[in-house]
Amino acid sequence: MLNRPNMIYLYDGSFNGLLCCVFESYDQKEMPVEILAPDIPQATLFPVKEIMTDPQKANRVLVSIPKKMGHEALDFVRQAFLTCLPQKELHILRFMRMGYCHGPSVMAMLANDTVHILFKAVKHLKNESHLLKGFLRFSVFNNVLVGEIEPKNCVLPLLRQHFCRRYPEERFLIFDKTHGMALAYHPYQSAIIAVEDLVLPEPDQKEQSFRELWRLFYETIEVKGRHNPRCRMSHMPKRYWKHLTELNRPQESLITPIY
Amino acid sequence: MDAFHKLQILTGAAKYDVACTSSGVARKAAAGGIGSAEACGICHSFAADGRCVSLLKVLMTNICVYDCQYCVNRRSNDLPRTTFTPRELAELTFNFYRRNYIEGLFLSSGVLKNPDYTCEQMLEALRILREEYRFAGYIHAKIIPGADSQLIARIGALADRISVNIELPSQNSLRLLAPDKSKHAILGPMGYIHSHIKESSADRKRYRHGPKFAPAGQSTQMIIGATPDTDFQILNLTESLYKKYKLKRVFFSAYMPVAENTLLPAMGTKPQLLREHRLYQADWLLRFYGFTARELLDEQHQSFNPYLDPKCHWALNHMELFPVDVNRASYNDLLRVPGIGVTSVKRIITARRTAALNFDALRKLGVVLKRAQYFITCGGKTADGMIITRDAVLRALLSERAWAMYNEKFPLHPEAEQLSLFDEPSSCQEDVQKCLTGQI
Repeated sequence: MLNRPNMIYLYDGSFNGLLCCVFESYDQKEMPVEILAPDIPQATLFPVKEIMTDPQKANRVLVSIPKKMGHEALDFVRQAFLTCLPQKELHILRFMRMGYCHGPSVMAMLANDTVHILFKAVKHLKNESHLLKGFLRFSVFNNVLVGEIEPKNCVLPLLRQHFCRRYPEERFLIFDKTHGMALAYHPYQSAIIAVEDLVLPEPDQKEQSFRELWRLFYETIEVKGRHNPRCRMSHMPKRYWKHLTELNRPQESLITPIY
Repeated sequence: MDAFHKLQILTGAAKYDVACTSSGVARKAAAGGIGSAEACGICHSFAADGRCVSLLKVLMTNICVYDCQYCVNRRSNDLPRTTFTPRELAELTFNFYRRNYIEGLFLSSGVLKNPDYTCEQMLEALRILREEYRFAGYIHAKIIPGADSQLIARIGALADRISVNIELPSQNSLRLLAPDKSKHAILGPMGYIHSHIKESSADRKRYRHGPKFAPAGQSTQMIIGATPDTDFQILNLTESLYKKYKLKRVFFSAYMPVAENTLLPAMGTKPQLLREHRLYQADWLLRFYGFTARELLDEQHQSFNPYLDPKCHWALNHMELFPVDVNRASYNDLLRVPGIGVTSVKRIITARRTAALNFDALRKLGVVLKRAQYFITCGGKTADGMIITRDAVLRALLSERAWAMYNEKFPLHPEAEQLSLFDEPSSCQEDVQKCLTGQI
């Protein structure tokens, strides 16, 4: 039986912290009404319990997940933690409680509400990260590739392998403006670091000319007789346009069309 | 001529090629190199016509010795002409790739001097990219009809996907509009490429590091609406290409009038986009849903229904096979239900292992109930208040716009009927629907 049902958990915002919340929930046989990270202040009348992150407890939970519900579920929980789902912590806790109860088959219970909500969120995360593999634009400054994104989900961990494999000999930085994080790489190491803000210098002549060539290509490749802006918008939502080179033109254009 | 004008001319000349996919091969950069490929392919942008921009799609040259009437680059067309040098092209590709603008290169060409010379130029560009830049990104190369098989073999060793365009879906149309090309010049290389791919993949089963030949397979393209060929002919040709040459994709391109010619649709004719769309829908049914061309169209019904997608159309004509029970039906039976696609079927099969599914559950799994509800039952029950008559189903399956158009042509409820002494011979509503759905 779950006692004291009105508890709110406050954790440090890390994955290990969340695992400790799971531990606490089982240890105290209670189900919190909310799990809050410290950066979301919320006035509440419910009693708040601060959960200290203990690596040992976290590890016990971590090891138990693949044992009880399979490796697939562990990957799934890790990814769910990166999503922008409101109250994701609580949903993850509910999912894991189901997992401990039902075993690996929890991953097949797609019609269950708890599982369905998390699956939808993870799908959103994966879709966004897939789109950004294409929509990210690098600029070259001092032979370093720098790109900026504003994703809803925390996609950097999912982009890491893709870009490290693609540009093994380059140095690059991908700045996630929404979450204040950046993926930095130089041969052959990568790290995800906290970055407050990034101010980029003016692009040099060579960089500008490649940007201009790309815009020219983008405009020329359209078949005018099939103009279909709605179709473009559904494939490439407008929130991505801000950081796309081809859709952001400087004031004066270098070239006039010849036909 | 500067790089801007060259790029503009050679992009403008290449844009009518449809294929811009970067799928079918997965690899990562070799040490000291650049580039990788994802099996699912990546779109890097979408042009204002809604088509994906994945590859840098350009021609090596738009100079051409051929005079194909449907083509914008034909010899008799008065255009600015130019040619990339192989090094220019490789450098441009590399710099675009480095900035993550593109997934790789799509290289086609007009015929400069002769097919062999053109292929050699293309080959040199690919060689610089692969060997000097150690570029491991995606390359799609077009084979020039009539090129030597040695050259095709060398291009296949460097490119991921190669393609030969059929362009016109029948020998007759070809003779009329592309007198310099023959059926043999197109199907010959296709067969050669197919046998080469088969050989290479058989070799690689024995020797892991055996040389790869076009690992992402081959594709082709057909122009729709330039010639009187029917959907039935086109779909049959498509099916046989998939079967015989194991093509990865057949692309369709609605013809955009680019020249005044008595043999072709007049300038200003709208491209047949709906027809193209229906063909793509049918193409998916062939490749992923286990349909055959004969099931979708036949000699009596040679074109697709403009109001209904091919799968709904097929289902409405085979109501005796429905409804199927989602909790029991096999994978293949579920795939035939309108509103259920490959992903939904896989989810249904997974989810029904743990719990019986109802309509609410199906919605969560991504099934489009708007269409599917007429063709399924959950645990022996149909959806609440469902009346399955042809009329109701047809109405629900048409989009609002299509329904309005359909009503305009064939009003469902004619103005209040006036009493008359004589019975008018009524062209029955049902007949009209039967015509539309093709069941007579």
